[in-house]
Amino acid sequence: MPVQLFIFLAVVSIASSLGVVVQKNPIHCLLALILTLITIGALFVALDAVTVGFLQIIVYVGAIMVLFLFVIWLLNLQAEPVPIGHLGLKFFATIAVAAMAAELFVFLSKTRTALGEVNVAAGYGSIDSLAQTLFGQYLMAFETTSILLLVAVIGAVAVARRALPVRASAGSPRPGAPS
Amino acid sequence: MIVSYSWVMALSAAIFAIGVAGVLLRRNILVMFMSIELMLNAVNLTFVTLARRMGSMDGQVIVFFVMTVAAAEAAVGLAIIISIFRNRETVNADELNLMKW
Repeated sequence: MPVQLFIFLAVVSIASSLGVVVQKNPIHCLLALILTLITIGALFVALDAVTVGFLQIIVYVGAIMVLFLFVIWLLNLQAEPVPIGHLGLKFFATIAVAAMAAELFVFLSKTRTALGEVNVAAGYGSIDSLAQTLFGQYLMAFETTSILLLVAVIGAVAVARRALPVRASAGSPRPGAPS
Repeated sequence: MIVSYSWVMALSAAIFAIGVAGVLLRRNILVMFMSIELMLNAVNLTFVTLARRMGSMDGQVIVFFVMTVAAAEAAVGLAIIISIFRNRETVNADELNLMKW
């Protein structure tokens, strides 16, 4: 990966992820998040994870972010007129985040190996090699994931649906029924 | 100058820290949720970087699974947010203090 490309992607991703935190309007937060995810997808491709990089853009930007967008539309969220939350708690949270970031930098920056030094087999990161690993060693986990998605979708529908109106002919409503 | 693995790891550490800051500093549930997605992606970047370093595909498969779980989590979490908004007319996490003592 050329140095200029990495610096460009790093600057864009950090600036846009800061945008997620500082923007007042949730729509602007979401747009900044989408930019961050696309940049991380580009980094995946640059790190020889081509399939995962494109999956990142298709699944995250194409599906999950659209879900967020629908919810923002549905709730008709506006920008916060005044910042909410306690100032003292925010102060301590900032110190905690700075300490954690420093710790992560120290522990993650130990290696000095350059990207080009490690050679990988031809076809590394391709659909073929991903599928060989996914449907070989991780087949059981893959099948379990499909059950997880099914349960999550059913649960989402059950949680988000409006409670059915109680019919008059059905007698008194159940005690404790959600309204 | 050549890009080394530690640079990418430092980038993902920075994005993770920004995600933590978003969860701690913002009180809008939806923005806190977006910050969680940010943290998930920072960890995904670490997985891909280390997979490239080790020359194995395992890290990329884990990223695949993380994406799937993130999709499930987003579906359930957004359903809960809609449900909360319908009952309480708010997305401010500080106002949801029913289970607080």
